[in-house]
Amino acid sequence: MRRFTLIAVPYLWLLVLFLVPFAIVFKISLSDTALAIPPYAPTLDLSSGWAGLRSFFAELDLENFWFLTTDDLYWKAYLSSLQIAALSTVFTLLVGYPIAYAMAQAEDAWRPTLMMLVILPFWTSFLIRVYSWIGILSNEGFLNQFLIWSGLISEPLIILNTNTAVYIGIVYTYLPFMILPIYAALEKLDSSLLEAAEDLGCSRLTAFWLVTIPLSKQGIIAGCFLVFIPALGEFVIPSLLGGSQTLMIGKVLFEEFFSNRDWPVASAVAVILLLILIIPIVLFQRNEQKQREAEGQ
Amino acid sequence: MKTHLLTAVASLALLAGMASADEVRVYNWSDYIDEDLLAKFEDETGLKLIYDVFDSNEVLETKMLAGGSGYDVVVPSGTFLQRQISAGAFQKLDPAQLPNAGNLWDVIQQRTDQYDPGGAYSINYMWGTTGIGYNVGKVTAALGEDAPLDSWELVFDPANMEKLAECGVYFLDAPAEMIPAALNYIGEDPDSQDPEVIAKAEAVFTAIRPYIRKFHSSEYITALANGDICVAVGWSGDVFQAQFSASEAENGHEIDYSIPKQGAQMWFDQMAIPADAPNPEGAHKFINFILDAQNSAAATNYVWYASGNKAAQEFIDQEILDYPAVYPDEETLQNLFTTRPYPAKVQRVVTRLWTKIKSGT
Repeated sequence: MRRFTLIAVPYLWLLVLFLVPFAIVFKISLSDTALAIPPYAPTLDLSSGWAGLRSFFAELDLENFWFLTTDDLYWKAYLSSLQIAALSTVFTLLVGYPIAYAMAQAEDAWRPTLMMLVILPFWTSFLIRVYSWIGILSNEGFLNQFLIWSGLISEPLIILNTNTAVYIGIVYTYLPFMILPIYAALEKLDSSLLEAAEDLGCSRLTAFWLVTIPLSKQGIIAGCFLVFIPALGEFVIPSLLGGSQTLMIGKVLFEEFFSNRDWPVASAVAVILLLILIIPIVLFQRNEQKQREAEGQ
Repeated sequence: MKTHLLTAVASLALLAGMASADEVRVYNWSDYIDEDLLAKFEDETGLKLIYDVFDSNEVLETKMLAGGSGYDVVVPSGTFLQRQISAGAFQKLDPAQLPNAGNLWDVIQQRTDQYDPGGAYSINYMWGTTGIGYNVGKVTAALGEDAPLDSWELVFDPANMEKLAECGVYFLDAPAEMIPAALNYIGEDPDSQDPEVIAKAEAVFTAIRPYIRKFHSSEYITALANGDICVAVGWSGDVFQAQFSASEAENGHEIDYSIPKQGAQMWFDQMAIPADAPNPEGAHKFINFILDAQNSAAATNYVWYASGNKAAQEFIDQEILDYPAVYPDEETLQNLFTTRPYPAKVQRVVTRLWTKIKSGT
């Protein structure tokens, strides 16, 4: 019985926070827009019994998904989001790994402080932190003022309202999500393994490549997921730091929802976004599991 | 620098709280009232006022259509109001609870009647125009003394825009205002709902797109005031706020606003009560409070938008009444146009066109 309860908790979590909302969004994606409250039809009316339920399902169709294929805006936005999310993940990894590594190498007395410093930014609102980047990156912002003052440039660099600013924003925002799992993996690393590698003739660099990196793989994977998944659907950062030419699916979703008042098409966009995320992740996890089983045998 | 994000977050926080009978929740445009009035309302009525702001009709409309917004008074613009009325989003006003309604200005009422016949659902808060805000010094430096400040040519003629790009140009991120302006410029009907006519606006924007720094509906106030940009297509009162900020800061930037001679869009922000407002009685009290001649005048004296309140004119600063950019003269008034809401299919065409103009895709 206790075992059942233990298993039930994560499944209940999955049901309430994922499957039910997904079912609602999926249902709206099969509806049509209407000038009403809420702005789509049909709505589920349980009072009319079976007949009502049947006519409700009869009115649902896949029209909105077909619509997404008729305009190249949508797949371009998906592709562009994938590109921005993937590149940002790589940059975050490049910045985050050395930080996590340094933290893991630091003396024990220092580690809690370093950990605190990584978490500290969360004490300020995410929105305010992204806003402050506007002050740093704008034409008359701190960065340009500093570069001009130091004589490195004579004309301000245009960074704000470009994709570069979006990358900076994403890397900055999600950096802790990359550092923490990698640090957790590196911290557990047995340093005698590295000594053994060096005894066997590895240079420090080779030992790093052959021992440290593979042993921190789980941390890297977890960090990449934690950065890539939210970055793909990111809306706040591109709308505050990006320019009008920054095409991301989050913004397209916003337009469908707010400007066109087309909740069904907006929901269809969201459903596809979810599929783009879930299918590769499930395949990846399955592959990982197979590998682990193969290694175990 | 406010965005709809901030308001979205603010209203989420609001939804978390529970409404009570001695509270009135008002959702109005950002930077749109003298905040002393809010305290005065609380003193006079003993009600607790919760005042939230937004900067886009779209955000407000989505809340209205989703239902259960928790607000008692909201302030959509005319075209949006009309559509929301037909969706059943608002309740009829009770004239008995609005003794001050007699203060309204018939000239404005005639025009708002097209959105809400007889004012059954709404009361005008303020009205204004969508025109051009500019930094006098920077624009004359870029284009010379004979810069066409009183014409849409300033922002729609690529030759001018090329020279202005250097000092910075912002456009409103509001297709329902920008596309009519472009259509008006090329001599088409700005109120057209024909997708073929609307498509003609694309060429106007494509020619000037490289010179537009940003599309945004509120950041231009600060940007104009700081001298970050030299021209913004924006709302009259917002430009006056920039003008005021710049002169307060004594930063040497002189900001002015013009209603282009080809004509400009006239819009009306209407106070209305959501159908599911938790406190309709309090909502009527708030609207009646604003309808008071002196209160209405105080708001106009503060934000420099024209009031739809005739009686208020007695208390409005003479400087504002005489300023044709706020209270246009008869001739200019004839040139102002109004638009109707787009039907859903046309709205999709307009949004898609706007995305294409902005992002190139």
